Amino acid sequence: MGRYLRRKVAIYLLTLFFAITLNWILPRMMPGDPILSLLSRLATQPQQIQRVHTFLEQSFGLDKPWYEQYFSFWRSMFVGDLGISITHFPKPVTQIIMDALPFSLLITLPAILLSWIVGNKFGAFAARKKKMDNWVLPIWYVLTATPYLWLGILLSWSLGVVLNIFPIAGAYSYQVRREWTSTFVLSYLRHWVLPFLSLFIVQLGGWAIGMRNMIIYELEADYSRFMETMGAPSKLIRKYAYKNAILPQVTGLAVQLGVIVTGALTTEIVFSYPGIGNLLFEAIKRRDYFLIQGCFLFVVIGVLLANFFIDIAYVLIDPRVRLSMGGEKT
Amino acid sequence: MNMSDPIKKDHTKQAGKKKNEILFFALRNIKFRIGVFILAFFGILALVGPLISQYDPLDYAGPGYRPPSTEFWMGTSTFGQDIFSQFVHGLGSSFAVGFFGGGLATLVGLMIGFFAGYKGGWLDEILMMLTNILMVIPSVALLIIIAAYLPYRGVGIQSIIIGLTAWPWTARAVRAQTFSLKQREFVALSRISGCKTPRIILEEIAPNMMSYVFMVFIIQFGGAILAAVALDFMGLGPTLGISLGLMMQYANLWSAIQLRMWWWFVPPGLAITLIVSALYFLNTGLDEIFNPKLREM
Repeated sequence: MGRYLRRKVAIYLLTLFFAITLNWILPRMMPGDPILSLLSRLATQPQQIQRVHTFLEQSFGLDKPWYEQYFSFWRSMFVGDLGISITHFPKPVTQIIMDALPFSLLITLPAILLSWIVGNKFGAFAARKKKMDNWVLPIWYVLTATPYLWLGILLSWSLGVVLNIFPIAGAYSYQVRREWTSTFVLSYLRHWVLPFLSLFIVQLGGWAIGMRNMIIYELEADYSRFMETMGAPSKLIRKYAYKNAILPQVTGLAVQLGVIVTGALTTEIVFSYPGIGNLLFEAIKRRDYFLIQGCFLFVVIGVLLANFFIDIAYVLIDPRVRLSMGGEKT
Repeated sequence: MNMSDPIKKDHTKQAGKKKNEILFFALRNIKFRIGVFILAFFGILALVGPLISQYDPLDYAGPGYRPPSTEFWMGTSTFGQDIFSQFVHGLGSSFAVGFFGGGLATLVGLMIGFFAGYKGGWLDEILMMLTNILMVIPSVALLIIIAAYLPYRGVGIQSIIIGLTAWPWTARAVRAQTFSLKQREFVALSRISGCKTPRIILEEIAPNMMSYVFMVFIIQFGGAILAAVALDFMGLGPTLGISLGLMMQYANLWSAIQLRMWWWFVPPGLAITLIVSALYFLNTGLDEIFNPKLREM
């Protein structure tokens, strides 16, 4: 197990290195002068131009040799300095992202976990029940094919505008101040429902299909057949099949993370939810490159951390890996 | 998943040649038929639509805020643009991104998978390292950071960057398959008779994976369409022209939801959902057609 995790961590560190290097290379490779185009955004405020210009010169350091530029880039990365946002001018990028991060996490994490659990349960339940399978499976396929943002738009149109049950924009009402009062929490929860639902529903289909296929595979395996001939109740056989089928689903969670994160980013834009997705959208519109790069880095780090936790969870769940770990010690 | 009936088994005996058999099962498979029908419908619409729409997708065509009518089949946008014309042009660019982006991703995945799997050794180590790194970085995050720095973006560039970021899982799967095929006698035979690596890969290994490769392409096709929609919606779509994702972005930006202009945002999303579902149906259908084990279920 130690070796397994060490290998994984090595890959993650390399990935992080790759992502940060990409963040450094891209602005230097692209056509046009990034500093000039950044400066032209602030053309109306002369004092700010001076500040930004010195800052940019320091951070890009274009007169120095490339390896020195690269090292100073890493140095500022380690102290958490991702540059200064152009749109929210004197505010550092790290602080802006840190403000938005909790909103994103509180939508995305519950949606991923709940839909994974519910989708797996339902997929296992419907597998090998022919009548149900025949009409439920197409629904799952259509759900996985739905773009997250479109389901978000549909929900906000139907439940938000037409039926007027839920608010459709922001994370809390403008009349409420951001402090721990019951009105704030209630307002937050009301705004939370729709973005959560659109993330939850789309993912459901994928997990259900995966689980269904795995259960069918496991029910055909020798051990299931053996139990059947020995006269074991089908409930018990299904229980064992489920335990075996859940392992590939854990790996599937790691593989799907990238797609889910994309869905979360676009869903936030639909609901103008003040998370990373909306921040990124604003940054792209205003060509705020430091903010774009900061968001990219945070998304990558988030996905890497999630992958790491999934690896650990896999080790804890799979008895074979757990046993081989015990074997290593003795 | 029992979509067939008992008559099928009697017919199998009559279908003599293998090619006919596959065609026979393809036409009997309801998922395959539904998938092909939906794709053909939208494909024809994308081809014929631009010819019968009277307006340019971005031009002022008439009064804004109009719901669907006989003059404007899908209504007009806030600025009086004809939604039907935007829709059919957008369909075309979605298919183009799916075909070229998905095709490029499949091609790159195949090449890397073949060489890593067949050559093995240090080449395998390096290629798989690269694959694993790109697997963990969410490809759309990568797309965003690349697209954000491009001053001009068209459907072609979008397809290329989608294709160049979406290949890792294909490479992994193809590598695993190549690895097992490599051990077979017929591959050893052509190696002994002095064939060069590219020829062995093309003539011995690739033909044995054709059905699998085709299904990979279908999945990549759908993935590229969905990735392009997300990119367009984030404001990184084509700088000129129109796409289904851009339509939804405009609708969202100009508060079509609050104004209840459903004709602006329902059709593009619905078309994407139906096209990608059709691709998934086609894929499961093909799986059952190529794989006799699944067929009998």
